[in-house]
Amino acid sequence: MIITIAFGLLSAALFLAFIRLARGPSLPDRVVALDLLASLSVGWIALYAVATNQPIFLDVAIVLALISFLGTVGFAYFIAKGAVPWQQS
Amino acid sequence: MAAILSALLILVGTFFMLVAALGVVRFPDLYMRLHSSTKSATLGVGCVMLGAAIHFNDVGFATQALAITLFLLVTAPVAAHLLGRAAYLSGVPLWEHTLSDELRGRYDQVTHDLASTDTK
Repeated sequence: MIITIAFGLLSAALFLAFIRLARGPSLPDRVVALDLLASLSVGWIALYAVATNQPIFLDVAIVLALISFLGTVGFAYFIAKGAVPWQQS
Repeated sequence: MAAILSALLILVGTFFMLVAALGVVRFPDLYMRLHSSTKSATLGVGCVMLGAAIHFNDVGFATQALAITLFLLVTAPVAAHLLGRAAYLSGVPLWEHTLSDELRGRYDQVTHDLASTDTK
């Protein structure tokens, strides 16, 4: 029951983050949305581990947290170097 | 008792994540969105991890959950700062009703050095 409500709230959050990912308007906005999607996915995986009673799934969350940080830093470096000019879409 | 505490923490955590996503959609400029997604989502993930650790009641799982939470607490501000700085340097505009921009004119456009007085 509680788990179902929590999954519902997280689904709504993922949907809202995806709206920002699709709308932009700038590249850093999309990177913020991607970073948020990764954080939400870490929470989702922890919740899924509770729902299925399988603690081993938390390893996936660790890897996802590590990868998403590297991705955000890479995007920030890319944007700061000016390789992609900012544009309003 | 432990089950109630775990359920409560998981609900509070997912609520904070929903608030973070709502802020990312509704706030008017990039810097406010960064503020929303960094703080609120980190708190949400931390609460969910704590709730899951209480649910499993296992030292190994609790250590992993603590490691994830600490890692997020360390990396989220760093990533947000890097992204905000990169966005400011690449010219992403502030909200039109912003009252003051103390960084205006203080970044060297070529070297990206920050000065305490205007560079122009």
